[in-house]
Amino acid sequence: MIELKNLYKTYDRKTDVVKNLNLVIQDGELVVLIGESGCGKTTTMQMINRLIEPTGGSILINGKDTKTIDKNTLRRNIGYVIQDIGLFPHRTIEQNIATVPLLCRKDRAQVTEQVRALMETVGLPYDQYAARYPNELSGGQQQRVGVARALANDPDIILMDEPFSALDPITREQLQDELLRLHDEMGKTIVFVTHDMDEAIKLGDKIAIMQNGEIAQFDTPEELLKNPVSEFVAAFIGQNRLWKTPDLLKAEDVMAKDIVMVDANRTAIQAIEIMKKRNAPVLAVVEKTASGPDRLLGLVGINRLHSVLDSAAKVKDIMKTDIIKIPRDMSLTEVIALRGQNNVLFSPVVNGSDELVGIITNTSIVNVLSQIMPGKEDY
Amino acid sequence: MELLQELIPFVTSHWSDIMQKTLQHVSLSFAAVGLACLVGIPVGFFIVNREKLSGVVMNIANVIQTIPSLALFAFAMPLFGIGTKPAVFALFLYALLPIIKNTLIGIRNVNPATIKAAVGMGMSRTQVMFKVEVPLAVSVIMGGIRIAAVTSIGITTIATLIGAGGLGDLIYRGLSMYNQPMILTGAIFSALLALIVDFLLGLLERALTSKGITVNRSANP
Repeated sequence: MIELKNLYKTYDRKTDVVKNLNLVIQDGELVVLIGESGCGKTTTMQMINRLIEPTGGSILINGKDTKTIDKNTLRRNIGYVIQDIGLFPHRTIEQNIATVPLLCRKDRAQVTEQVRALMETVGLPYDQYAARYPNELSGGQQQRVGVARALANDPDIILMDEPFSALDPITREQLQDELLRLHDEMGKTIVFVTHDMDEAIKLGDKIAIMQNGEIAQFDTPEELLKNPVSEFVAAFIGQNRLWKTPDLLKAEDVMAKDIVMVDANRTAIQAIEIMKKRNAPVLAVVEKTASGPDRLLGLVGINRLHSVLDSAAKVKDIMKTDIIKIPRDMSLTEVIALRGQNNVLFSPVVNGSDELVGIITNTSIVNVLSQIMPGKEDY
Repeated sequence: MELLQELIPFVTSHWSDIMQKTLQHVSLSFAAVGLACLVGIPVGFFIVNREKLSGVVMNIANVIQTIPSLALFAFAMPLFGIGTKPAVFALFLYALLPIIKNTLIGIRNVNPATIKAAVGMGMSRTQVMFKVEVPLAVSVIMGGIRIAAVTSIGITTIATLIGAGGLGDLIYRGLSMYNQPMILTGAIFSALLALIVDFLLGLLERALTSKGITVNRSANP
């Protein structure tokens, strides 16, 4: 865990580049620091490995104040990847990757094995690339080496300062995908600085939007998009961001919450009354459970209710039971695909314990989409 | 052609004398350049991150360079008398400028990103110097040493005037005696010496420079 506490950085006793910044980064999280240039994002990152010393406040790594750790020891245990890559041109790829383990005087044979494995991980076969020099590699390949070099000492934390922004869009995309894969596989804590919102949303478990040396909002990408705390954050994210990334919309965002429920043991005639009174097109049939919330059994609509002759029949015998329940965190695109395949009108949304939380209809989807649709000025 | 016919017998008959002068010449220049390396390279490293100081040092070195060599020898005489000492001292001063300058340029030309990465990975200041800056600047520094060596060999021919010996002896004695083969021998041998030393230092430079720096960028896979 990295804790930044009341962090200040002031140059020339005048302007605060970073002011009273508080941030907690949990183990294994990929946190993106983003903001306009001069917002203090790189300064903040470089205070973590003490390339820049804070003017005030403290940084704790796993509860230990970094001020008490020797600078070089600290840095050797924190991976560092920079925009300009910064490979050593006079050293082979293998020597570049082995730099930190060898600085720490680790066993050479072991290091070689490690380098071999790392090179495979970043997609540069050892036999083909180990003996080459950085200048013989393309920019994308060089940054793969940069990433491998940062991982070489098996650090728990990796700092990445706009690592992909100098690469062409296709290579950037590839490396982003690979970073996500690596992050999933290795579970490292990654602090990632960028000025590219698309990149931030794609990579970040959490995103800290910075403004004038302060954190404007620190949240998951979904929360930032749906509930920006200020005009600045909303403007920074961009109005049509959600529209461009519909996968960030989950089932629970597009469902209608005003759902009318009926107990499974009510009769058809009672159900019809409820429908009329509440002006509901469909009723969710639920069953009381001994402990916990009501359980969803099925749906019943006016057609089924009218078609029964015995008006005392219970809804649980009439209802449609082969319904498709949608988990609340299913993405919008999956929801639409699922509804299309099965040609359903009403899709009940449930949480983990099968409790009904809402219902998705075409109307509810359109309602949400029309809210986030870009305005005219965006065309 | 006549001269050449006279030259060969002159060289063969005075071979041991010529060799002795050559050796003297080499040791004078090498002593001076060696000293200049010992002083100049550390000075270059010391001033590289000190903006004001590097300005002062470079100015001094430049001023020294503008003093005519004969005058510099003359300046050295009151300090060291005549003979080898003032000669080495004057040659040393001359050799300083290219060595300091090239050390400075060599280190300044190291990509700042490379240094930033090295520091960020936890290298100490000394490690950055020896593992990154020196290997990357070595070809430029060697370039300075080559210039210093070749210039020194040239200027050493004048050192004879303050009694330091060397191949200059042959040239000046030949001039005063109007002995053309002798003049020519001195001139040819000092020129050859300069070429050979430059060539050898060139080999050393290549051996010291990592293949990664000279490698062809177009050899992309």
